[in-house]
Amino acid sequence: MSSNIRDIKRRLRAIDNIQHVTRAMKMVAAARLRRAQNRVWAARPYAHKIAEVVGRLAQSPQAKAIPLLAPREINKTGYVLITGDRGLAGAYNANLIGMAEECLEQEDHPTALLAVGGKGTRYFLKRPVEMMGYYEVVDDEPRFSQARELARRLMDLYLEGELDEVKLIYAHFHSALRYEIKVERFLPVAAPALKAAAEADYIYEPHPRRLLEAILPRYCEIKIYQALLEAKASEHSARMVAMESATTNAGEVMEQLTLSFNKARQAAITKEIVEITAGAEALKGHGSRRD
Amino acid sequence: MSPLLLEVVTPERMILREEVESVIAPGSEGHLGVLPRHSPLLTTLKPGVVRYRKGGRWERLAVSGGFMEAGPGRVVILADAAELPSEIDVERARRAMERAKKRLWERSPDLDVARAEAALMRSLARLKAAGVEP
Repeated sequence: MSSNIRDIKRRLRAIDNIQHVTRAMKMVAAARLRRAQNRVWAARPYAHKIAEVVGRLAQSPQAKAIPLLAPREINKTGYVLITGDRGLAGAYNANLIGMAEECLEQEDHPTALLAVGGKGTRYFLKRPVEMMGYYEVVDDEPRFSQARELARRLMDLYLEGELDEVKLIYAHFHSALRYEIKVERFLPVAAPALKAAAEADYIYEPHPRRLLEAILPRYCEIKIYQALLEAKASEHSARMVAMESATTNAGEVMEQLTLSFNKARQAAITKEIVEITAGAEALKGHGSRRD
Repeated sequence: MSPLLLEVVTPERMILREEVESVIAPGSEGHLGVLPRHSPLLTTLKPGVVRYRKGGRWERLAVSGGFMEAGPGRVVILADAAELPSEIDVERARRAMERAKKRLWERSPDLDVARAEAALMRSLARLKAAGVEP
């Protein structure tokens, strides 16, 4: 009986420790999420503006001749999968990896994968998938320079004819509690649709084609940068939610354990009292007979 | 006078958003000035100093290349990087300038001239924007 009480006590302590850890992780994730969210917002003005400009320029008749914009026959598709480096974020990484597997399976021409983030890298390195490369560690705060490096590599692969199409798989950040896994075509660039009809004639310096050639690579870089930021924010939000529910679950388990602990303790006390009274009764009977 | 809104944004953040009277920017085909009611224009920018007049005073900031879109009431500068004078690390810019100059002077065979020149232009832009003589 007393060994049972000790066991329960040990488990209670263990779960209490777990709850401390999950609560701390939740707080850390919440703080990081706030920072990541701010970065997502800070990057939006530039992204919106450049999308608008690209949309306008892409309407010019010469735009079709620019390789980054022109679709061609697809012989090979490249996928870029953005996952986190660490786990304990609920189903975040598993969902992304699952989506990537689905995408790779349904293509009927050759594919290649580029993994960003340790989780996706480690998973696909062990599988028969052609890897173009991997970035094991994404800094906790993705920098524009990293995005630029990655985007340039993809554009080179596309322009050299190694890949005829590049798609991104990443988590699109909606709110602190929701993200959505997206598969998006990255190359050839899908020119963003214009909301308003082309306004007054623009003066272009230099002429539209040269401008577009200068602006498109930057547009691609910012797309990757945004995807990295959104993925990071989603990862933190997934981790925060997972740790929140882990903390709640630990609380529930502790409540039940406390209940059985109290029951066991009460049972032990009752048993002791019974033993003592039984002993006392026995002694009394013994004494009275002696009188 | 009708207002002119100047916005300077980089991929990482918005640097500036202010009502100004006029803007002078280092366009790739030459410096150009923008006053309110400018006709729509789109141009690439070289690394350099953007000047803008606000309340009768000329202010400066350094940009390291990018694009500018001007419209009747608004000028948007999409800069690769941009810094207000208060954010510029003068010592660092000066070191970068010395380094770029030295590289261009020595002309080792594997030198990427365009890159060294761009680095020199960027550091000069920073120093000028900070208001110190290079």
